Amino acid sequence: MSKTGNDADATETDPNAAENPADAPILGGGGPTVTAERPLEVEGLRKSFGGITAVDGASFHVEGGTLTGLIGPNGAGKSTTFNLITGMLSPDEGTVAFNDEDITGMEPHAIANKGLVRTFQIARELEDMTVLENMMLAPKGQRGEKLWRSVTPGVRDDVIAQEEELLERVWDVLEFFDIDHIADEYAGNLSGGQRKLLEMARALLTDPDMLLLDEPFAGVNPSLEKRLLKHIHGLKEQGYTFLLVEHDMDLIMENCEHVIVLHQGRILTEGTPADIKSNEEVIEAYLGGNV
Amino acid sequence: MSVREDLGNRMPGGDAGLIVAVLVVLYVAYVLAGVGLGYSLRGQLNTVAVLTFYIGAFAMLALALNLHWGYTGLFNIGIVGFMAIGIYVMALVSKPLYQSGGAAQVGGLGLPIVVGIVAGMVAAALLGLVVALPALRLRADYLAIVTIAMSEIVRFSFLSGEFQRFTLFGRRVGFGGGSGLILDFTDPLQAFFETFGLWNAYLGFVDAFGAIVPTNPKPVVDGLVYGLVLLLFVAAYYWLLKRTGESPFGRVLKAIREDEDVANSLGKDTNQFKIKSFMLGCALMGLAGILWFMTQGAVTPNTFRPRITFFVWIALIIGGAGSNTGSVLGGAVFAAVLYQGPRYFKNLVDAALPSFNAPSSFGPAVAPLLSNLNPAPLFYYTVDSIRQLQLVLMGLVLIWLMHNRPEGMLGHRKETAAGIPLTSPRTRTAATDGSTGGDEGGRPTDAEGGEGGERDE
Repeated sequence: MSKTGNDADATETDPNAAENPADAPILGGGGPTVTAERPLEVEGLRKSFGGITAVDGASFHVEGGTLTGLIGPNGAGKSTTFNLITGMLSPDEGTVAFNDEDITGMEPHAIANKGLVRTFQIARELEDMTVLENMMLAPKGQRGEKLWRSVTPGVRDDVIAQEEELLERVWDVLEFFDIDHIADEYAGNLSGGQRKLLEMARALLTDPDMLLLDEPFAGVNPSLEKRLLKHIHGLKEQGYTFLLVEHDMDLIMENCEHVIVLHQGRILTEGTPADIKSNEEVIEAYLGGNV
Repeated sequence: MSVREDLGNRMPGGDAGLIVAVLVVLYVAYVLAGVGLGYSLRGQLNTVAVLTFYIGAFAMLALALNLHWGYTGLFNIGIVGFMAIGIYVMALVSKPLYQSGGAAQVGGLGLPIVVGIVAGMVAAALLGLVVALPALRLRADYLAIVTIAMSEIVRFSFLSGEFQRFTLFGRRVGFGGGSGLILDFTDPLQAFFETFGLWNAYLGFVDAFGAIVPTNPKPVVDGLVYGLVLLLFVAAYYWLLKRTGESPFGRVLKAIREDEDVANSLGKDTNQFKIKSFMLGCALMGLAGILWFMTQGAVTPNTFRPRITFFVWIALIIGGAGSNTGSVLGGAVFAAVLYQGPRYFKNLVDAALPSFNAPSSFGPAVAPLLSNLNPAPLFYYTVDSIRQLQLVLMGLVLIWLMHNRPEGMLGHRKETAAGIPLTSPRTRTAATDGSTGGDEGGRPTDAEGGEGGERDE
């Protein structure tokens, strides 16, 4: 995939960027380090709220380095599944494993630190913080997150040095996503599309192995959608794994290698887009007969 | 709006200049009013000392609250409880050992004042931890309920007979109950100067000051110097909290304030950050409580009513939550205008009209106004009741602020949460090679990047 390479080439003010080979990680963090063939394995997941069973024994897995789509009609349990995987909710039954490690019921921050990072359906920016502050927040292992390091004279120099490094890296990612011109803007002032870009850029800065994108194209205009998809494909080439919740069937069919269909909290079927398109059950449950 | 936004930048010396300028205005107003009404020099100096004391106290407390509310979004309305814990534990540790026949009913552990201060801060921080552990997991409003309940529990605990007198490490100690606790440790100022071996020098300075205030200059000098010490502490708080805010730690706090779920799903253990921030703020409130009350000779639990908490909140709201500079300004303006202002005004009226007799109740105050349009008794009555009216005044100011300037004096200003100025690293390097310049440095790059993408398509 040469798209990312060209994108990096285009940032001519950065002499280093032009020398980067096409597949070099633009994120400076060494790219993903997926070890498992199936980074995400979900087994018998169940969650009810009161009398309503939102997720009813869902089992599926995601192959490493793929773009997998999770689809289903409204109320199928997609968002709940996301929340169960990322620790925002804990399941009543079932397990979630990431890189062969059981992460069921872990805190969201612990799961994120293992390399499984999500974005939100409605882009949630930290509105009273600038784009740069938003981005600087994300990287892991910041020394200055320890209070004593940040305030102690002398030790703080270390923190400052790391901040300089982070800023360089953050800037690379901002340029990669073409949002460097709004770096000093407050996130609350961004347009919907810019927020989506910022959110994905921010998630990438945590050095994830796998990204869970909750409707990243909702409310995004077609040209921005193209750009986002280009970024996603470029990152996939670098080894990142994606699980994508999306409503737009055409988009899923054109871009995902593998599609999982959720219906009434259960896996209805899964397979290649071609399989899904021709599946009678899916057409009945979700597509209403016209693809 | 824009005028005010730029004020901090245009002021020589930046934020420090702004703070100094506001302080100068406040002091000049006080001194001029005093001069106009013929205050003696001694009276003037005492006024300045008291004013400085409260400016220092409220600035410290507002700074500490700003860490909780302005940075982390923690709704702490139990400030006074942490102050009380601070001074009481400090007294317990630093009061001299019990001697029968002395004025004090109970003794302390007889340790140096510095040890007592540290113990008081640690106790306040630990109380903060105890409060925070269950409450921080819940949503913000629950923390508010828990903290205000805690502050009342603390007050009632110190009031209770159980803790009036007890034995600790074989010493007879206690908190004195409702009758109060005599703070009979060494004069803190003396302890402060003795630490640096400057006590004799200080006494010499007091003697020299006798040239200005001939009779008994020591209380005057003590007051002024203690006010200065408090201002030093304000500077230390400011320094500490500025560094805390301008760091990755502060960035996470700010993110928690904005949206805790986001911070959490980016891998930040938000509970840890909240607890640390809360404990640090509580320790600072404990220290502020110690500094406020340790020179008062005695403390009683009923001093620590929630109204002090709300005074600090008003100070922070005036200054603008989220800004450290604003917190200091808010503390100063609150202390000078709303807290000391009405009392000082009453003193001025007393001095100007020494012979007036205020009516004893509302009826006699209003009657002359209605019968022969004589407003004087009502005026005297109002001035006489100024301590009660002070709260009304504060309420009015709050309502006005909420309507017209909810962000306070400096709340509109966003203080960047990073250890370095967040500007484009490319602009900094590019500016030297001349290919791009000025603050538009990022744009050409972006445009080229966009074209590159399209060519590719």
